[in-house]
Amino acid sequence: MSLFFMTATAEQAATGREARKGLLTRLARPALGLLVPCLLALGWEIAVRMGLSTGRLLPPPSVIFDTFLDLWSTGELQEHTLVTSARVLAGFGCGVVAGTILGAIAGYSALTYRLIDPTLQGLRAVPSIAWVPLFILWFGIFEASKIILIATGVFFPVYLGVMGAVISVDRKIVEVGRVFRLSGLAMVRRILLPAVLPAYVIALRAGLGLGWMFVLAAEFLGASKGLGFLLIDGQQLGKPAQIVAAIVAFAILGKASDFLIIAVSAPFLRWEDRFARH
Amino acid sequence: MLVLDRVCKTYPNGTRALDGLSLGVSPGEILVVIGGSGCGKSTMLRAISGLDTPTQGKVVLDGVPITGPHEKIGIIFQEPRLLPWLTVADNVGFGLEQRPREERRERVARVLARVGLTDKAKVWPRELSGGQAQRVAIARALVPRPQVLLLDEPFSSLDAFTRADLQVGLLDLWAELKPTLVMVTHDVEEAIVLADRIMVMRPRPGRVYDEIACDLPRPRDRQSAAFDFVKRRVLAALDRSLDRAVLTDDGETKAAHGGGLWW
Repeated sequence: MSLFFMTATAEQAATGREARKGLLTRLARPALGLLVPCLLALGWEIAVRMGLSTGRLLPPPSVIFDTFLDLWSTGELQEHTLVTSARVLAGFGCGVVAGTILGAIAGYSALTYRLIDPTLQGLRAVPSIAWVPLFILWFGIFEASKIILIATGVFFPVYLGVMGAVISVDRKIVEVGRVFRLSGLAMVRRILLPAVLPAYVIALRAGLGLGWMFVLAAEFLGASKGLGFLLIDGQQLGKPAQIVAAIVAFAILGKASDFLIIAVSAPFLRWEDRFARH
Repeated sequence: MLVLDRVCKTYPNGTRALDGLSLGVSPGEILVVIGGSGCGKSTMLRAISGLDTPTQGKVVLDGVPITGPHEKIGIIFQEPRLLPWLTVADNVGFGLEQRPREERRERVARVLARVGLTDKAKVWPRELSGGQAQRVAIARALVPRPQVLLLDEPFSSLDAFTRADLQVGLLDLWAELKPTLVMVTHDVEEAIVLADRIMVMRPRPGRVYDEIACDLPRPRDRQSAAFDFVKRRVLAALDRSLDRAVLTDDGETKAAHGGGLWW
């Protein structure tokens, strides 16, 4: 036995040190994120109460909250939220599937990349809203055109993220797979998939953000249900509280769905050697 | 028996990295390959490992031509190349996926104990020091019990103390299973500590320049006169391989002097 193997046990890295954090800090961290919106809301409420503003065009939080409760008790809010979420989910699903498949193929095969990437990059440069008239002509004014518009918005960031991630997988790591004689499928499952996962999660989050953006565009262009309808309705009937309530609902839904992706992917990304640990 | 038969490798850009390299390595032998930059050392290892195919000639292991990565041939790279998403134990067991879980666990535990990293089995690679990571890489290459183990400057990025320890550790592991070792290095002392035979290569195009038998008894004392003697021979051969030899009666001093410049 060499001296080296004797000293091995002595080299203890600080492994579990950071893992153990008090319950207080675990709760305090998300609470910190609520500080800014709460202070802003409180400030505005006080300003309106003191008569510094009438609060007619931007209602104080208490009024918005009442509107929220009103919409909730009539069941309107739930219905609109559900409709909008379903559209985003369907469009996001289609966009992710298409973006992942095409991105993976373009990243993996140089020929496919040369074949399809220039076209896709060209299409990406088109503002997606520009498709709306065409989609309405093609798919009608109901759900199909809306979902396809959302899918178009989601597709590009996902395609770009997956393609870039597959292209930049470290050759040295792939060689390890070759040394152990992995088959094509095993190479994908054991090397490529885990290697692109961090970038994939980022791509999904970017895609989802665009999904929420495009659902609104779709609903603005004609819908009788959905949070976008609520916004337009609030504008036409002069109900700013309803507009703000819908905006707040968007913020909550967007943040919650983004958090869902992070939470689901987190157990698979614990290995990352990251600069920052938020 | 590992045999290289007139192996040539020309890269697509026209570089002739290897030019008719022939070589035989007997089972259990430790061959250390040393030479200046660009003499095709790594190209040779990649050809043996099956990661690259020679443009001409062939690599044969026990009568079987090597055309791609082979289960009897393991390789350790200059960098540990651990998979960051697997724990140390899973990295070590990477080549044992086909085996039953019990056998896998037992073999991984045994080899981790041999490299002194039992307590690190569950940690991520990011938590390891450079020397520890390279030991995990050695364990990963050893656990499928290869007949030939290739090492491509495996210790060159480590500090001198860790490097010396790993060299001795490698010899311990080698003594247990007696695989054939083919190691590429820049480090003359490392070559003499480990080798049964030292092969000096010369560059442009890469070919064998000289072979030096190294039959000092193990463990080898770096301070001994015999060690020093072999070292001077290797340094002199390295110098001559680069056409740096200066005509002088005092060949020894010249060689030792030039030794610092050969790369």
